[in-house]
Amino acid sequence: MIDPIFLLEAAINGILLGGVLALLALGLNLIFGVIDIVWIAYVDLVMLCMYAVYFLVTVHGWPLALAGLVSVGAGALLGLAVHLLVITPILGTPPVNQLLATGGLLFFLQSFATFLWSTDHKSVRLSLPSYEMAGIFLPATRLIPFAISILAMLGLYLFLTRTYMGTAIRAVSQDREAMSLMGASPQRVYLMTSAVGGAMAGLAATLLSMQYSVHPFFGAQFGPLTFMICVLGGLGNMVGAFVASFVMSEIISVGGVIMSTEMGYVIAFVVFIVMMFVRPAGILGARRE
Amino acid sequence: MLELRAVTAGYGQFTALWDVSLRVDAGEAVAVVGPNGAGKTTLMRVISGLVRPRAGDLVFEGVSLTGRPPHEIVAHGIAHVPEGRRLFPALTVAENLKMGAFLPAARRAFAASLERVFGLFPVLAERRTQRAGSLSGGEQQMLAVGRALMSQPRLILLDEPSMGLAPVMVLRLFDLIRRVREEGYTILVVEQNVRQVLKLVDRAYLLEVGRIKIEGRADALGDQDFVRKAYVGL
Repeated sequence: MIDPIFLLEAAINGILLGGVLALLALGLNLIFGVIDIVWIAYVDLVMLCMYAVYFLVTVHGWPLALAGLVSVGAGALLGLAVHLLVITPILGTPPVNQLLATGGLLFFLQSFATFLWSTDHKSVRLSLPSYEMAGIFLPATRLIPFAISILAMLGLYLFLTRTYMGTAIRAVSQDREAMSLMGASPQRVYLMTSAVGGAMAGLAATLLSMQYSVHPFFGAQFGPLTFMICVLGGLGNMVGAFVASFVMSEIISVGGVIMSTEMGYVIAFVVFIVMMFVRPAGILGARRE
Repeated sequence: MLELRAVTAGYGQFTALWDVSLRVDAGEAVAVVGPNGAGKTTLMRVISGLVRPRAGDLVFEGVSLTGRPPHEIVAHGIAHVPEGRRLFPALTVAENLKMGAFLPAARRAFAASLERVFGLFPVLAERRTQRAGSLSGGEQQMLAVGRALMSQPRLILLDEPSMGLAPVMVLRLFDLIRRVREEGYTILVVEQNVRQVLKLVDRAYLLEVGRIKIEGRADALGDQDFVRKAYVGL
């Protein structure tokens, strides 16, 4: 029998992991909800930003916070570039083209990263404290990313509900043509959405750098999981993705402690498949017009 | 104020408007009536930029707007209330109105515009935190008109405002449009409800199979023959 304290620790770690996963899932989901295209290569943008953080911190000796700001900016620029170079030419074409184009981008980025930086795992070595509370260890490398993720998602929520551009982003996802009659250029709204989604990838990259080492196939490690979370929450449904992130992270974390880390992922994928049969529209039921 | 000169437009191989010329003067209310499939909605979509004309000219207040995208045309002062209302159903009433004021100039006047819209349609003020999708048909049409007014237009295009409304509501809606008119807006309205709309407007055009057939003052055209033609298409 497993010591309940380990289970509790695993549950807390699950919540902490869920915060960062939710940030990734919301970024991908935001773009899908508005532009109606799944960026298969989304987590590969995260990978590129992680390399930026790694080189700035270890080679140039920048503080992580400053490298993080650069990473957020780089993510936003990458988002704009993806929209202008890959998405814009294929807007309005059959979905399979969009899948192929963003999937192709994924392989391009993976190969490009391998070519430039080899397949070595690179890690920013941080010496941050770990806190102990009633026998449970809470490392700062998990607490800080969790806190920043939650703050960033709160910021996203305020942006989407309080500002003209944020509300327009939600409006475009409901009726693009009507929004153009309101005076918003659809391309401008798309670019804004892509930049925000990219910036979220850049922020997630910084936070993931604190816990994981980067390598060219980092996207393969987190990409399918992020996509699964979006589908589980109902594609385009932001609240659903947020909830699904924590469901999946808990399964992975607690399942990992009860059995093994690998089995944690296996259980998560099985739950996902079962849920697709039980609730194909997502745990909260997708809002699709 | 608005002038269409020999506009031809359509979708793909299909031509919906042939050589249509039409004029709306400042302060006027003008109707375009005609049977289903006459091209009335296409005409509205050409004016607001949703459909690019194949030939002809669109001039508003002396500026040619031919071929401009919709978000530029609304900035020139033309607001389009599209067929079927096209609200943002998951946004609240207040958020829909806010989107109506998306343009920078309209944002600066947001508070005054909102007060004016709530003055015209008090029910929208009561329902401001409700989702637009949860409103009744009549309330949705009021919101669609209110949202268009938020952009501070000088010309309002109304496409089938009475569509899908109960007969009692249709009468109320025409009263409300009359009040919008009294506020000084110029109106171009497309309607199936010919009898009602002819009481509202100064002039009317009869559109048939993509061509303007008759044009004249509303009171002169209000005779049975014209109404019959508009309803049945001959």
